[in-house]
Amino acid sequence: MATVFKKPHALKDLSLHYCPGCTHGIIHRIVAEVIDELGIEGTTIGVSPVGCAYNNYEYFHVDMVQAAHGRAPAVATGIKRVHPDNFVFTYQGDGDLAAIGTAEIIHAATRGEKITTIFVNNAIYGMTSGQMAPTTLLNQVTTTSPFGRKPEIHGFPIKVCELLSQLEGAAYVERTSVHDVKNIRNTKEAIKKAFKVQEANKGFSIVEVLSTCPTNWGLNPVDALKWLETNMLPFYPLGNFKGKDLEV
Amino acid sequence: MAEKLLMKGNEVIAEAALRAGCRHYFGYPITPQTEVAHYMAKAMPKINGTFVQAESEVAAINMVYGAAAAGARVLTSSSSPGVSLKQEGISYIAGAELPAVMVNIVRCGPGLGGILPAQCDYFQSVKGGGHGDYKNVVLAPSSVQELYELTVEAFNISDKYRILTIILGDGMLGQMMEAVEFKDKEEIYQDDKKWACTGTKMERESNDITSIYIQPEVLENHNLKLQAKYKKIEENETRVESYNCENADIIVTAYGTVARIVKNVIKMAEKEGIKVGLIRPISLWPFPTAEFEKYAETPKAFLSVELSAGQMVEDVRLAVNGKRPVHFYGRMGGMVPSQKEILDKIKEILNK
Repeated sequence: MATVFKKPHALKDLSLHYCPGCTHGIIHRIVAEVIDELGIEGTTIGVSPVGCAYNNYEYFHVDMVQAAHGRAPAVATGIKRVHPDNFVFTYQGDGDLAAIGTAEIIHAATRGEKITTIFVNNAIYGMTSGQMAPTTLLNQVTTTSPFGRKPEIHGFPIKVCELLSQLEGAAYVERTSVHDVKNIRNTKEAIKKAFKVQEANKGFSIVEVLSTCPTNWGLNPVDALKWLETNMLPFYPLGNFKGKDLEV
Repeated sequence: MAEKLLMKGNEVIAEAALRAGCRHYFGYPITPQTEVAHYMAKAMPKINGTFVQAESEVAAINMVYGAAAAGARVLTSSSSPGVSLKQEGISYIAGAELPAVMVNIVRCGPGLGGILPAQCDYFQSVKGGGHGDYKNVVLAPSSVQELYELTVEAFNISDKYRILTIILGDGMLGQMMEAVEFKDKEEIYQDDKKWACTGTKMERESNDITSIYIQPEVLENHNLKLQAKYKKIEENETRVESYNCENADIIVTAYGTVARIVKNVIKMAEKEGIKVGLIRPISLWPFPTAEFEKYAETPKAFLSVELSAGQMVEDVRLAVNGKRPVHFYGRMGGMVPSQKEILDKIKEILNK
């Protein structure tokens, strides 16, 4: 019988630890498929974050370094400077990248580090059980904004792609989502392009992927996808912010 | 033929690192160690090495973490407040068992303090500083020549045990110029670093570098493994210089540049008929406890002289273990004791 669907080689045959309905699994698969299709498994080195994806080093068939909270871009900088011919990626959540690691991501981007960041934005802190993130939407209820996020008290959400696209060292900046099949395919194309930008030595590349957190949003998986579409898309517009026409 | 040059302490550290095969430096400017970075900024591009001025000390130590995980010999340097910022990364380096070298040219504190020499980071260096049960090897040179030799050694020790080695100097040592004699070739510890993240090349299973172990049994075993490693380092890497300790009336203990002042005090004391010995710890961790035990009952008393409120003196007291009184004399804020001050303190202790 012909095999028509299987796990990508770059993803180990393990059960993922993520909550039911969480889209980290989809994004992991996309990253692994891209690594397979580009034939770069043997030359890729990944950096794991702190947060829900803290142990994703166990899932990929590539060498992986686990970083402190927010520091993945600095760790990736060290790796890439030692092995400039290898592919280096970071996989980070929004608490990791947009709060404690803001300086590291901005400066890695502005230095034009030839690394690729997969930035998973679910508008909440997942692992520590649902606190307000820098990306939490206005009026969104979290355990640390129990009456909804108010700008006069909590400030405004950060739009990471809009921010990073202003930096000269950032070569490719794109926001995608994984709430339906079409967008999952777009996400894969964007992540593939981000790796190709790295291969072409063009500079820093990042793909922000809008993702769900059914557990901490208090929704079932299907409603979580709908919530993403209804609430996150209007505030976090999808599309390319930089490097669309880069030939790589 | 060996090369002899007149060089500044901080520059010698950088040159020594290059001679030890270090090709990657990540740092952030802070007085009084910045010349290490200046030297690396000039030297690294010429030899296809890396110099990155990080956005912060936090980023710099994490770049070190990444480069070490990638299998490189890597250096960072800073001074006291900067080293405080690096503590997060230092704990992770210990947890992930990565080899790296960090220089701390200590200035006076607490807080932003001042830029003059001090030894007030002893506790932070040898007792932890970051979170968790861990140790770093801490080497304390007392001359520019020794800065060179111990920096080379630091890389070898780091690679041999997969541990962070700290060169702990003070602002005086970093800024002073002295003649330094370089060897033609360094002895470099060779390690294939099979554990490092270099890309699998599809020839082996993937390597993971991590410091997180959620299962308590696994984490306790990891800690036990670290402690066994530290014990091995204590057995093999303790370094100390003893001078004039046989039949000493008093044994003074000091490290770094302060030990040089004490050596002059010994000559002054001799003229007055007082026999002063010196125990100079070269490795602050592992602490040369055995050397103190050896001479614990020789003198009437011990005296620890430090540029601090009294930090190493605690380890001296533990080592002497109540067999003799242990006194302390220290200056702070960038003040350095004169020979006469130390001799007066010795006379006071000996009632002379």
